[in-house]
Amino acid sequence: MTSAAPVAVQPVPRGGLGRLVGRRLVDWLPAAVVLVGGIAAWQGLVVALHVQQFLLPKPSSIATTFWNNRSELWHAGWFTFQEALGGFAIGSSLAILVALVLARWRPLSAALLPYAIAANAIPIIAFAPIANQWFAGGLTKSSKIFIAAVLCFFPVLVNTLRGLTSVRPQDLELMHSYAAGQVSIFRRVRIPTALPFIFSGLKVATVLAMIGAVVGEYFGGTQEQLGVLILDRTRIFQFPDAWAGIALACLLGIALYVAVSIAEWLALRWSPSTSA
Amino acid sequence: MSVVRIEGVSKRFGNVTALEDIDVSIAEGEFVSLIGPSGCGKSTLLRIIGDLIQPTDGNIVVNGKPARKARIDRDYGIVFQDPVLYDWRTVAKNVALPLEMARWSRQKRAARVREMLELVELTGFEDHRPWQLSGGMQQRVSIARALSFDPALLLMDEPFGALDEMTRERLNMEVLRIWEQSGSTIVFVTHSIAEAVFLSTRVVVMSARPGRITSVIPIDLPQPRTASTREEPRFFELVTQVREALHLGSDLDRTAPAPETQEATA
Repeated sequence: MTSAAPVAVQPVPRGGLGRLVGRRLVDWLPAAVVLVGGIAAWQGLVVALHVQQFLLPKPSSIATTFWNNRSELWHAGWFTFQEALGGFAIGSSLAILVALVLARWRPLSAALLPYAIAANAIPIIAFAPIANQWFAGGLTKSSKIFIAAVLCFFPVLVNTLRGLTSVRPQDLELMHSYAAGQVSIFRRVRIPTALPFIFSGLKVATVLAMIGAVVGEYFGGTQEQLGVLILDRTRIFQFPDAWAGIALACLLGIALYVAVSIAEWLALRWSPSTSA
Repeated sequence: MSVVRIEGVSKRFGNVTALEDIDVSIAEGEFVSLIGPSGCGKSTLLRIIGDLIQPTDGNIVVNGKPARKARIDRDYGIVFQDPVLYDWRTVAKNVALPLEMARWSRQKRAARVREMLELVELTGFEDHRPWQLSGGMQQRVSIARALSFDPALLLMDEPFGALDEMTRERLNMEVLRIWEQSGSTIVFVTHSIAEAVFLSTRVVVMSARPGRITSVIPIDLPQPRTASTREEPRFFELVTQVREALHLGSDLDRTAPAPETQEATA
């Protein structure tokens, strides 16, 4: 009888999200230096070269405006964020459902996937004015939710489908040796395999959802929408106001992206690339 | 009673004949190795027994029923060359996978997983992820998984082919110990002559293109086999016998001129 000595075994990863962020703070230091340096350079160049405010305001005046208009901005931002979030949720979940159906019945996928890939390549945002017409002239949230959902749908669909079908043959062979049914194969092999693909689709979708909502608003909406606010302030030459709105749109987009990244980290803790 | 009966099995992939007219019968409690050069169809034959590939011709009976029925009844456990562990499951949950599919209760599963990990000497690694283990440990998890539901038959497809010699010899001992303890029947595919002789009660020698059985050599080494078995004169005799049987199967390769010469004269 031999006794197997456990050699060169890595420890089970422990510690929560907090520790992960803590460890990463050091990793983020170079990026933080670039950010601060970039803003300082922007400020310095605008002052030194006497750049006109309508071309590019100073970061300090954008920040001041942001602070002074914070309640109005926050109100508009929240409205638009809800549109983006709604579109993201509807578009992504629909895409995942459709991908599951297409992966289960391959002939269907063969018939429809070329169109999904083609649709993924077209600038769907061009339909925004039409979408506004379809939904109460664009005065409600629904037209923007619609456009954001359509934008999110295709990348999530294509990524999820690729994930569901990129299962290793030996992983399936093992399941066949257990006489596993399709539901079991999806639950135990295909979906876990697809998760990293689904999350990369979702991360692309978060960015598209914000674009869809804000650009949709450019084509019509009410005063309480962030896109309308940016457009109106530009028209009346209040450029720092417009820039403050753009900054908020960026922050909201980043927040959504970070939220999905955290969900990804939580869902994929088993993966060597996440834990390492 | 024979656990596996293979009658007149052939397999063609397009116009390539992978297996031709295979007849083997494997009795309960036997340890049978299939050995042959690469391309002789030994892995294909194993997959046909497991109903993962359908034969073109012939008949397979496993546990007295058609191979398909045996697979649906989960009559066999299988160990591949690659451990095929799921990264999204812990070691314990990988071992529990077939039990989960057979709808064992949570308590029964936990108890069996503990027992199996003890058997392959991996107690304490329950919560590790497969990629945190060495290759040899991963293969032991795979063996524990294959044995977890007490299959009458264990199919092993070059399970130690990717491991270094030392790990391979240690795992050979473990497989023998498990075979003695569980009393199951094992069909073992390998391309190592020493491994086949050391482990088996019978070695089935195959030749390539088309895959055929050229000889069946009973291994009469005393049981239980120990590390010193490898040093017995009888061990070397049997190794020589298997080697000669293999060369007989590839007779053409031996008498044919070397490839370079062939090219020069052509």
